Amino acid sequence: MEVIFLLIGISLLLAVTFLFLFFRANKSGQFDDDYTPSVRILFESQPKKSIKDQPKKSKSHE
Amino acid sequence: MNPDFHTQLRSKCYHCGEDCELELVSFAEKSFCCQGCKLVYEVLAQNDLCEYYQLESSPGKSQKAKSKLANRLDYLDDPDVIKQLMDFRNERESHVTFYIPQIHCASCIWLLENLFQINATIVGSRVDFVRKKVQLKFLHEKLSLKETVNLLSLLGYEPSISLSDLDQKSKNAVHKKTLSKLAVAGFCFGNMMLFSMPEYFSEAELLGEGFKGLFDYLNVLLSLPVVLYAASDYYLSAWNAVRKRTANMDVPIVLGIAALFLYSLWEIFMQGNAGYMDSLGGLLFFLLLGKIYQEKAFAALEFDRDYKAYFPVAVTRISKDGEEVIPLIKLRVGDVVLVRDEELIPADSMLLSAKASIDYSFVTGEEVPVPKRKGELIYAGGRQKGDPINLTIQKSPSQSYLTDLWNNESFDKSPKQLLEPLANRISGVFTWTVLAIAVVAFSFWIGTDVSLAVKSFTTVLIVACPCALSMSTPFTLGNALRIFGKGKFYLKNASVVERLALIDTVVFDKTGTLTDPANASIHYLGEPLLAETKAVVKGMVERSTHPLSNRIRLWLSDVNSADLEQVLEMKGEGIEAVYKDQVFRLGSRDFASAKKMEHVESGNYVFLSTERVDLGYFHIQSGLRKSAPEVVKKLSGDFDLHVLSGDQGHEQESLGRQLSADLHFSFDQSPVDKLNYLKELNHQGQNTLMLGDGLNDAGALQESQVGVAITDRVSHFSPASDAILDAESFSKIPAFLGFARDSRLIIKASFGLSFLYNILGLSLAIQGLLSPVLCAILMPLSSISVVVFTTLATNFMGIRKGLIHLNHP
Repeated sequence: MEVIFLLIGISLLLAVTFLFLFFRANKSGQFDDDYTPSVRILFESQPKKSIKDQPKKSKSHE
Repeated sequence: MNPDFHTQLRSKCYHCGEDCELELVSFAEKSFCCQGCKLVYEVLAQNDLCEYYQLESSPGKSQKAKSKLANRLDYLDDPDVIKQLMDFRNERESHVTFYIPQIHCASCIWLLENLFQINATIVGSRVDFVRKKVQLKFLHEKLSLKETVNLLSLLGYEPSISLSDLDQKSKNAVHKKTLSKLAVAGFCFGNMMLFSMPEYFSEAELLGEGFKGLFDYLNVLLSLPVVLYAASDYYLSAWNAVRKRTANMDVPIVLGIAALFLYSLWEIFMQGNAGYMDSLGGLLFFLLLGKIYQEKAFAALEFDRDYKAYFPVAVTRISKDGEEVIPLIKLRVGDVVLVRDEELIPADSMLLSAKASIDYSFVTGEEVPVPKRKGELIYAGGRQKGDPINLTIQKSPSQSYLTDLWNNESFDKSPKQLLEPLANRISGVFTWTVLAIAVVAFSFWIGTDVSLAVKSFTTVLIVACPCALSMSTPFTLGNALRIFGKGKFYLKNASVVERLALIDTVVFDKTGTLTDPANASIHYLGEPLLAETKAVVKGMVERSTHPLSNRIRLWLSDVNSADLEQVLEMKGEGIEAVYKDQVFRLGSRDFASAKKMEHVESGNYVFLSTERVDLGYFHIQSGLRKSAPEVVKKLSGDFDLHVLSGDQGHEQESLGRQLSADLHFSFDQSPVDKLNYLKELNHQGQNTLMLGDGLNDAGALQESQVGVAITDRVSHFSPASDAILDAESFSKIPAFLGFARDSRLIIKASFGLSFLYNILGLSLAIQGLLSPVLCAILMPLSSISVVVFTTLATNFMGIRKGLIHLNHP
């Protein structure tokens, strides 16, 4: 049963690590803005400038 | 409003989506409404950023009204200004945050975050959509601040830099700290629960004594961050209250925390029992959760803005050497300044030019410009419409007629201390009662059993610790705040709900609050208008952006406009047009009419003439907001109603007739008069609600118990206030006030509920019967049931008052 001493130590250490990570995230401002990232994730990553001369197609009006 | 689909498609601007009626610029098979929009498209096309137009259709804002003056940003070269605007600066990089009101869609975010593709010296940019802010990082050796702003402006995203940006900023830090404290409390609470488990189950005996000791000591260790860090706000607040010889909600909380902590220490170290550390962690966790819920109101809205948020940072000064753009702070009395079309008058000053036309919508809510002549005094806060004018500064910007309001003592007062929150008053009584009971229990047992006396004394303090009591207020008010927000009524913080519940006097500002510019009444007097003349007038007013033109256009909405050959708008004067070789003039008397005439009634006059022969005039009076009579009628039963106005008094009779007889009117009120009026009412012991919309109401809004600013665009302009009301929701004011009263009742009811728990717990505690298990069950149960009760009750009341709808949330 003595292994429990070790397990408790590990579980506490793990929890403290998460707490520390949360602090760091909070300090770096991750929780300041909870809307913009949800839009940002939908942007396509930009292909490099190679397709520059390709003519733009139809208007995007409905 | 239904032209055929094809023309509609062709005439919409590709950039901003507005109709291209006045001007049509074609470029790359696309149509644009002005050169500005085309220019933005060109820049984006060159840099391969046309995805901007794919994310949303017509995502831009019209560039028509954009100022094109090259030197308007010169003040950004001033080292003092640069220093104050920057967030951070080292040898290479500068970081700056701009407020850009134009941000409104996904395309905006995308473009602003891809700025580096246009200019490689911009290292990065990050948009905060909710606050409409963008943080830019750029290499300041290659790109100056002014060039950065120029680039944004070229793309149609000119940042709004106002005087208040130069003051030091410290926001958001509070919220972050509370979040950290919540995390600590949650972490400790969770782990302490785990280590307390063996105490509740007899099977844990199997683990042996060694484990039990270890768990208890771990609990002590984990309780330290909770007591020392997570609870620190409560100590501070309680200490402040005690120093002022009052008792707020935090005093019994701190007593409870202290009793719980010390008693548990004594139990663990002296008695070898488990203590109540897990309950302590849970208490703080729930308390902080309620606090966050209350704090997290409306990030996008700012409630504490003063005139500085609206005044420009720079003005154009005319000196011997010519024009120069200087920061406003460097402006001195006697300086001559140049104010161009659409620019703000920075300080009280005298007009040097022959004529000016000043729009005071900013200050009074009335959007029709006022004509001024040479030598007249012009108050700060007005906006020039028309040709550039010269002014001599008479007073420094902070001492002007309008801005002087902020030097009034009302603005120095700490935030409204006039009313003590309900919870504080109850907890004052509560604290003393609990202490008395504890002492009585202690002295009762002391004769027979000392250890039992100590135990009952502390358990009384622990059980009576008002966790349920103190949670009912934040959760009720937090939820009420959310429901108000759904009805488009945004309160600054939860204490406003409580103050709102006690209101017995409502004071309205007239212009812009009771009246609505869009709802103007128009009378035409003169020779009858032929259908053809009407068509000409419609054609003329369609070309103008003047507010009076807009009203006439609405009045003529069922008329088709005539094809005019030549239309010329002279700002501040009127419109001249040629139709079938006849010259039509529409505008001020000097411009359009020859006749002298005495103005008998208030309101605005627009004259019409052909070939210098008078046809007649339009008499335009601002009309009441559609729902105003209904709102006044509903309120008149329960509230004392007042109307304040800066205008002359001749509208009283017609207003009184349209609204109701029970109104107290006061006309000809200056901003300071309004403030004093509210002060007088407060002295009489009334609880006042002020509804206003302009900067001239700022004093009254500040002085009243609850100041509500009405605005058409919530995130745009509103003076400092306790709450912001979307003009759309004006008709719901009676419902809002009723709901505020309901929430007060709900708080009282939940107090009753938690008192029941307390009496039950106390009666056991006095007898020394309370076991740790029972204590551990009773505490969270009472808290949770109170939270559930208040949430359900506020939602129910919100539905009954019509503020939230079940079908479409």
